[in-house]
Amino acid sequence: MENIFAYSFVLKSIAGALFASITAGIIGTYIVSRRLVFLSGGITHASFGGIGLGYYLGINPVAGAALFGLTSAVGIEYLSAKGKMREDSAIGILWAFGMAVGIIFIYMTPGYAPNLMSYLFGSILTVTWGDLIALGIMSAVLIIYTALFYRTILYISFDENYARTFTRHVDLFKYVSVGLTGLAIVLNIRMAGVILIISLLTIPANIILLFTRRYLQIVIWSFAVSFIGISTGFAMSWVTSLPTGPAIVFVLVLFWMIARGVRWLKVKRKVIT
Amino acid sequence: MSALFKIESLNAGYENRIVLRDVNMTVMNDDFIGIIGPNGGGKTTLLKVILGLLRPFSGRIDFTPGDLKMSQIGYLPQVAQGDTLFPVTVEDVVLSGLMLNKGAAGRMSRDDRKRAASVMDELGLRPLARQALNELSGGQLQRVYLARAVTGSPRLLLLDEPATFVDSTFEADFYEKLRLLNSRMAIMMVSHDVGTISTWVKSFACINGGLNYHPHSKITQEDLKMYGCPIQLVTHGDVPHVVLHKH
Repeated sequence: MENIFAYSFVLKSIAGALFASITAGIIGTYIVSRRLVFLSGGITHASFGGIGLGYYLGINPVAGAALFGLTSAVGIEYLSAKGKMREDSAIGILWAFGMAVGIIFIYMTPGYAPNLMSYLFGSILTVTWGDLIALGIMSAVLIIYTALFYRTILYISFDENYARTFTRHVDLFKYVSVGLTGLAIVLNIRMAGVILIISLLTIPANIILLFTRRYLQIVIWSFAVSFIGISTGFAMSWVTSLPTGPAIVFVLVLFWMIARGVRWLKVKRKVIT
Repeated sequence: MSALFKIESLNAGYENRIVLRDVNMTVMNDDFIGIIGPNGGGKTTLLKVILGLLRPFSGRIDFTPGDLKMSQIGYLPQVAQGDTLFPVTVEDVVLSGLMLNKGAAGRMSRDDRKRAASVMDELGLRPLARQALNELSGGQLQRVYLARAVTGSPRLLLLDEPATFVDSTFEADFYEKLRLLNSRMAIMMVSHDVGTISTWVKSFACINGGLNYHPHSKITQEDLKMYGCPIQLVTHGDVPHVVLHKH
């Protein structure tokens, strides 16, 4: 009996790590390149309000989070595109509001009090097979979307004004990209939590950016780095029985510091020779 | 020499503000026109209307005389728009000029890469093909954007203040490249620097609300004053000009 439980746990962990890494590769590269890290932080925390709402209404918290995540992602893109508001201020307000609403709803929900910590760093134990299937479909959508429209996504992100001269769908692509970003973040929340998601989206892409400026390479290698980082974090927490989420963040930051060191040595050697 | 496109009684602007009034002009397929005029006079607005980025209030751009297509217009926007820290190589940027002839799901073929390579050769960018944009000088960066604008073999090239960030040593070189390109495409170039570009362009259009066309590359301070183009000019000359439309 214990074996079956362990087997399912390992399988879930591998699938979860794989899907989270696909998100890190594709969405991470997109938001780091377009400098949308703060935006994704905002979306992530706004989603927390949806989680609270889900508990309060007794529906799946991920559905509530998806509603909040998608609305806030598209809403911020709209407000800043129309020049109606400073983008960073809009994000800051949404960030605080999402967290506050989430905690208020959870407080008002009678009886059951979910473990808040598990929504900060995630918990593979609470992940259901349903969550993983949703993540799997999301990963497939991300891969197909990126593969099909690679050049258009790349050039709109790089120089939107020029892109308008060759496609009439610049705004559509921006909304779809940012909407997918919101959804991907939300689907990862149960497993990775609010903090771990931000680190998965930011750190691997930044590590690879130290070594290449080729967009596709960054997507592929960020995926690899985040899979290795998650696996190492899992192993570390298994051995030391430290909490998994923080262990993964710690490992990723360690990788990043090592990469900076390697990069520094490379530049130095180039100067000497 | 034949007509490429026509601008017909064009009125354009933004929200409640009209910037261009009753502009009429015929552009020929071998033109090299310097577009000059004060800030806010409508130079960039005119380019935007031609590119279809801004819908005019009234009037139209008639592409039928030269059977010009939207995908045959190359565009070099004012610099400092693309993020030079963005992870994209010189080759990628040059290739983006080919998106004009592709749909949103367009991919780059071997032939596309060859075409980009030959344009990079022509503009002296080939050794930089794999470089990131933040490793380039201002002049090199500007040539990259020029390469992007011409890699799709346009018949009309629109340039918006192309020399703003170019080192003066490379400026002549840049304009020389434009002169070569002019043998296969019409060029319209917005500039502040009337003195320098008069060496290179074949004619001037002065835009200050309306448009005045000077079919020569030399204009005098008096010409400019008379037609409401408050621009400092050091060149002297006694060249007649034809006014297509009054302000």
